[in-house]
Amino acid sequence: MAHAYSPGLKVVPLMVLRKRRMLPIPGKVLYEKGKEVDALDIVAQTELPGKVFSVNIANRLGIEASEVRNFMLKKEGDPVKKGEIIAETKPFLGLSIFKSSVESPITGTLESVSEITGQVLFREPPKVLPLQAYVKGKIVEVEEKFGVVVETEGTFIQGIFGIGGETNGEIKIAVDGPDVDLKPEDIKEEYKGKIIVGGRHAGLDAIKKAIKIGVNAVVVGGIHDKDLREILGYDIGVAVTGTEKIGITLVVTEGFGHIPMAEYTFKLLKSREGEKASVSGATQIRAGVMRPEIIIPGSPDKNLKRKEESRGWIEIGDQVRIIREPHFGIIGTVTALPPELQSIATESHVRVLEVKLEKGDKIVIPRANVEIVEK
Amino acid sequence: MQDKDLNVIIATDCGSTTTKAILIEKKGDTYRQTFRGEAPTTVEAPFEDVTRGVLNAITEVEELSGRKILENEKVITPNNGNTGVDVYVSTSSAGGGLQMMVAGAVKAMTGESAQRCALGAGAIVMDVLASNDGRADHEKIERIRQLRPDMILLSGGTDGGTVNHVVELANFIKAADPKPRLGASYKLPVIYAGNNKAHPQINEILGSRTALIITENLRPILERENLMPARHKIHDIFLEHVMQQAPGYPKLMKMVGAPIMPTPAAVGLMTEKFARANNYNVLAVDIGGATTDVFSVFSEIFNRTVSANLGMSYSVSNVMAEAGVPNIMRWLPFRIEEQEVRNRLKNKMIRPTTIPQTQEDLQVEHAVAREALRLALDQHKALAVGLKGVQQERSISDAFEQTASGQSLINMMNLNYVIGSGGILAHSPRRIQSALMMIDSYQLEGVTMLAVDSIFMMPHLGVLAQINEKASLDVFYNDCLIKLGTNISPKGLAKEGEKILEWEIKAASGSQSGELRFGEIFSVPLKDDKAEIILKPAKGFDVGAGKGAKHEAKIQGGTVGVIFDGRGRPLELPKAENKRVECLEKWYKKLDMYP
Repeated sequence: MAHAYSPGLKVVPLMVLRKRRMLPIPGKVLYEKGKEVDALDIVAQTELPGKVFSVNIANRLGIEASEVRNFMLKKEGDPVKKGEIIAETKPFLGLSIFKSSVESPITGTLESVSEITGQVLFREPPKVLPLQAYVKGKIVEVEEKFGVVVETEGTFIQGIFGIGGETNGEIKIAVDGPDVDLKPEDIKEEYKGKIIVGGRHAGLDAIKKAIKIGVNAVVVGGIHDKDLREILGYDIGVAVTGTEKIGITLVVTEGFGHIPMAEYTFKLLKSREGEKASVSGATQIRAGVMRPEIIIPGSPDKNLKRKEESRGWIEIGDQVRIIREPHFGIIGTVTALPPELQSIATESHVRVLEVKLEKGDKIVIPRANVEIVEK
Repeated sequence: MQDKDLNVIIATDCGSTTTKAILIEKKGDTYRQTFRGEAPTTVEAPFEDVTRGVLNAITEVEELSGRKILENEKVITPNNGNTGVDVYVSTSSAGGGLQMMVAGAVKAMTGESAQRCALGAGAIVMDVLASNDGRADHEKIERIRQLRPDMILLSGGTDGGTVNHVVELANFIKAADPKPRLGASYKLPVIYAGNNKAHPQINEILGSRTALIITENLRPILERENLMPARHKIHDIFLEHVMQQAPGYPKLMKMVGAPIMPTPAAVGLMTEKFARANNYNVLAVDIGGATTDVFSVFSEIFNRTVSANLGMSYSVSNVMAEAGVPNIMRWLPFRIEEQEVRNRLKNKMIRPTTIPQTQEDLQVEHAVAREALRLALDQHKALAVGLKGVQQERSISDAFEQTASGQSLINMMNLNYVIGSGGILAHSPRRIQSALMMIDSYQLEGVTMLAVDSIFMMPHLGVLAQINEKASLDVFYNDCLIKLGTNISPKGLAKEGEKILEWEIKAASGSQSGELRFGEIFSVPLKDDKAEIILKPAKGFDVGAGKGAKHEAKIQGGTVGVIFDGRGRPLELPKAENKRVECLEKWYKKLDMYP
């Protein structure tokens, strides 16, 4: 076989991306087709009716339901403030100790008064539900009442696994190199609101420190599953993530354990340091896969050309990353693709390839255990 | 199709992780499987097209066989000399596991019943929506969209009661307009199992937007759960609509010469044919990447369950979450940090198509497989009851306990034959590894014959049986079924070293006899297809005829021979780590499990 299939993650300096941004319920789209938007711009919004609260005035004042209106200080449609008296009885024989009153439970509007039940309904002000653009770019499609499609051109990096939802911030490289661990002391106060890039591994202490400082996202080579369990409070069964509310978004580029971030990914992120990025931890590993992402609009280098569609199979000369023990995380170059099955240490007979490592030694590993390092 | 028309057949099975292709050729009067190829299933980027993996797997068969099968990415038919095939058939389970959302009126009542219903059907429950779950309307809608469930189970209200809550939930589902994760080729299945008074309204709201299936209320009155009808519906819909679907599925449909079958349907068909032809009680398992399918024929009743949350790649981390890390680690014959095991399994989850490369890594996978097989059998036992839909009264106090309805048909002592299929059982480097995985996870009792699918081709043969039964059965008996031998496990407990069994094997190749002591396990070679065994268990031990009673049985030999398992039933591993590792090392060494 001249080539072998291998899925790979995209790490692309410059490409065109489209993001669909839709409201859950109909509302108003705030931008027209062709307009430029920033990541934090509200592209559409909708109003959610406020919550309803009820108070039985008749019971509270000890009066007949049919008399309620006579004791009301506010009428339907009036604005009310929390704690404001909205109904009261007249003083009995001029003695105020016999006077009783009812306060509004919320700030909002008095919606209705029932003379049958003695019930008064209040409604909180409508809640605005805004929808951000998430990425800086141009509106290329508008779906009336629901949302838009934003197109952007920029750097696109996929992680292998993530948690937490969409966020934005400036890229900050927090370690000296891709094989350096991100330690708590590397995370400084000024990283609040930023996307920080670690190297090989982020431990529980470092992630907790980032959450405490208010870092928006951490991008790192590896984490421990034990720490992930600690952060989430449960074991992830099937990888469907993105809605965790842990106060930070986490993007793991390589896997679980101590695994240096691919040098190319690190260099690319470093070349964009100081620029604004959009990050999402949402991951779904199943048929119809979804990986976490880092999008940095704009070009890292004016001479860089757009990435061609990925080839998707392995050829001699390709750079590959080994993705299984005992060489997990090591990068090498494919030097041979023998077609016949070969026996490996487990005594299984599998298709293999030969990889030349950086130091020059050659190893033979199953084809299933490598992925192409995409550039 | 007539036999004379079929001389060369190419068949594929698109699993969630691997696509397997086999070539079947007629040699004289008999069909034989001749070449095999495999390639990773291509449901992920950059291809997102299942046919790419199919073409890669067939290309491998072309290279190995020298037969030209493809031209311009199409299968050449009919066969002519060394070119083309007469038919191409395929099964598929590429869609992977079943991930559901359930919705119920009250979170602690119908919401929980619905969750139990879906879990019992082998699904992964991604979220439970309820009218009172504390989330705002738009949050519920957003959640449905974000999760992209494969199916939604909607319930709520007792029969004849208020319809408001279920109607409200139906409206949320409609507003979310959920799209199946694998594209818009079919509508999202919604199973309604709530208040029967709401059928017209539910039909009106969801009938045209979703593939709505209405079934019996899973909680017809407050004190009674009736989970079986909805469970069976979930199961059927999963098999028919979700599992086989995958990106590129319509393209695959155009390539094949017969309808694509869901993998479990095909494996089930072969199991049933085998059980009936031999008059055995059979248990078969197909452990895949995303799902583990269990099939049984007991007293001629066929049952099939798909545990869509248990598997060796996409679902590996779920096996860890459900079984617990200590349960996986208890099978490892070496000491290893829990963190290391956790990281390895999570790395398999995020890169599901990788394979173990070291002995240690292989043993970790074998440990996970034992737990997946055990959990899938538990689920099968709960669903494989004599009468479908047996109802169980629940009082308020036990309404939240998960108990199966009806008595399970599965009785390990009455089991005659176990067949293992799926990557980890079919491809274990040593057959004894597959045998012990099945013995440990199923805790086989008495006398049980064992076999594995040689190179994992039961799915292919199941779909082939639809168009040519002879070709399918020829290959099944000649090339597919690898007889491992027979396992003997006396049921009972004793002190270590105590004699628990005397045995004698009579075969055409000769006789052998011996004894078995508590705590030991060993195998004796036996190649004969047929043999007889005479078992005399010690007082308190049962091998099929009752405690202490002599038992004679027909057995088979095979690549492993006869395994005598004196570790006791129920099998309890030592609690102390040192002792446990020592025991496992001793057993594995005695059976020559690993190099």
